[in-house]
Amino acid sequence: MTLALSGKDIAKQIEKKFPGCVAESAAESLLVEAQSLLEVAAYLKNTPGLDFDYLTAVSGVDYLECFEVIYQLTSLEHNHSLVLKARCYNRENPTLPSVVGLWRTADFQEREIYDLFGISFTGHPNLKRIFLWEGFEGHPLRKDFL
Amino acid sequence: MATTAKTKEVVINTEPFVVNFGPAHPSTHGVFRMRITLDGEVVVDMEPVFGYLHRGIEKLAEERTYTQVIPLTDRLDYLASMSNNLAYCLAVEKLAGIAVPERVEYIRVIMAELQRIASHLIAVGSFVQDCGAFMTPYVYMLRERERILDLFEMVSGQRLTYNYMRVGGVSQDVPDEFIPALAKFLKEMPGWINEYDRLLKDNEILLARAKGVGILPRDLAIDIAASGPVLRGSGVKWDIRKADPYSIYDRFEFDIPTGTVGDCYDRYRVRVEEMRQSLRILKQAMKGLPRGEVRSEVPHLIRPPAGEAYGHIEAPKGDLGFYLVSDGSIAPYRFHVRAPTLINLTVLADMMRGWKIADAIVIFGSIDICMGEVDR
Repeated sequence: MTLALSGKDIAKQIEKKFPGCVAESAAESLLVEAQSLLEVAAYLKNTPGLDFDYLTAVSGVDYLECFEVIYQLTSLEHNHSLVLKARCYNRENPTLPSVVGLWRTADFQEREIYDLFGISFTGHPNLKRIFLWEGFEGHPLRKDFL
Repeated sequence: MATTAKTKEVVINTEPFVVNFGPAHPSTHGVFRMRITLDGEVVVDMEPVFGYLHRGIEKLAEERTYTQVIPLTDRLDYLASMSNNLAYCLAVEKLAGIAVPERVEYIRVIMAELQRIASHLIAVGSFVQDCGAFMTPYVYMLRERERILDLFEMVSGQRLTYNYMRVGGVSQDVPDEFIPALAKFLKEMPGWINEYDRLLKDNEILLARAKGVGILPRDLAIDIAASGPVLRGSGVKWDIRKADPYSIYDRFEFDIPTGTVGDCYDRYRVRVEEMRQSLRILKQAMKGLPRGEVRSEVPHLIRPPAGEAYGHIEAPKGDLGFYLVSDGSIAPYRFHVRAPTLINLTVLADMMRGWKIADAIVIFGSIDICMGEVDR
């Protein structure tokens, strides 16, 4: 059984390393500040004992007051998992750092979120629409679309 | 007087050009389009173009009740509808905290494993067709797939989009004639798989076309989060059924076949061996199938408490996940599909680079994609 690590335990661990990076922690998930997403992600991937080498999925949600991006992390070596989240509050021009440099699997998934939610991922090597055509107006999965 | 012989080297200058491959091309398995940059016959680069089958299923799901979403999941990977049904129902059950009766668990495992065999038959059949074995092996495999479709038709009345599973159960119990028909299938199928092996396993053309072609190294496979036979073909022993058992998979004995080098041939072998393992699970599940209810007490309109859940299963093509967010209403607030084949395609360009265009078709075929799921 994949052991779901508690967001609270990980929060304690990374708060020492990067003070002020945790925005919210619960048993099921860990919400980090957008500006420290990359360093936390790199720490989770490269720290022995955590070794989150496998990014299972990246999802986006529009909560109207903010956009949330959810990273389902897994370690194949230790068979444990963690749900990492980041939010952006700017609705006009939402941006988040891209994690493609850490996990290449984020390539198409971040493009998908960019396409359907309009979140720009800075540092993405090829950020363009994936399902809809260039020139399509709006981002369909936003709650205010239609 | 000695003369110095001057040999003149003949150099042909080539210049890269772009070939549009698909979306309507028989070897693109649907409406996939590749923009392949070629230098002569050699693939220099490839850019996948998606979206020709984008129906906005994730948006549609947001205005349907939890039960009404099930037919939409049928249309994701339409070669493995049962697996999609199962993954979605498990995610909703996780979100709403619904337990299912014992008989349902067994029926679900039986359906999921039959579906795995059916999907792998198509995968292997179309793969060897891409390798040049025109039609004959494919039709052999379609023949056996028909038997599985007959079984599905018996339980659900459908042959492609089954819409069979429900949150908290299945739509109806299996009919009396199902178990004898399944037993007959299980008795005959091993012989058929042996027949495919006699025909294909050491086939010189298949070996020449697939062995050592399109190698996906282990580290890269993990980096792009490949899953299913693509990941296991690269030698990673990772199967959600074992690593994170859902339903009742922890009760069955089966092995995880893996490849060694991660070439097209390994991926093909993993699929064939997985069919054998599925038969093992099916035998055990059929033996253990208890009597009882096929639905638990679930309200007509399901209102899961506000929250979120991520449920995933080992679908035939890989790790199929559903991320659901509920706001306490009758419809999901957010419905996101982690489509295994879209993610497996991330690495396609790397696998193709440096190979001839004819090999590119084989490499693409070995990934086994379904556009319904890629484009959604």
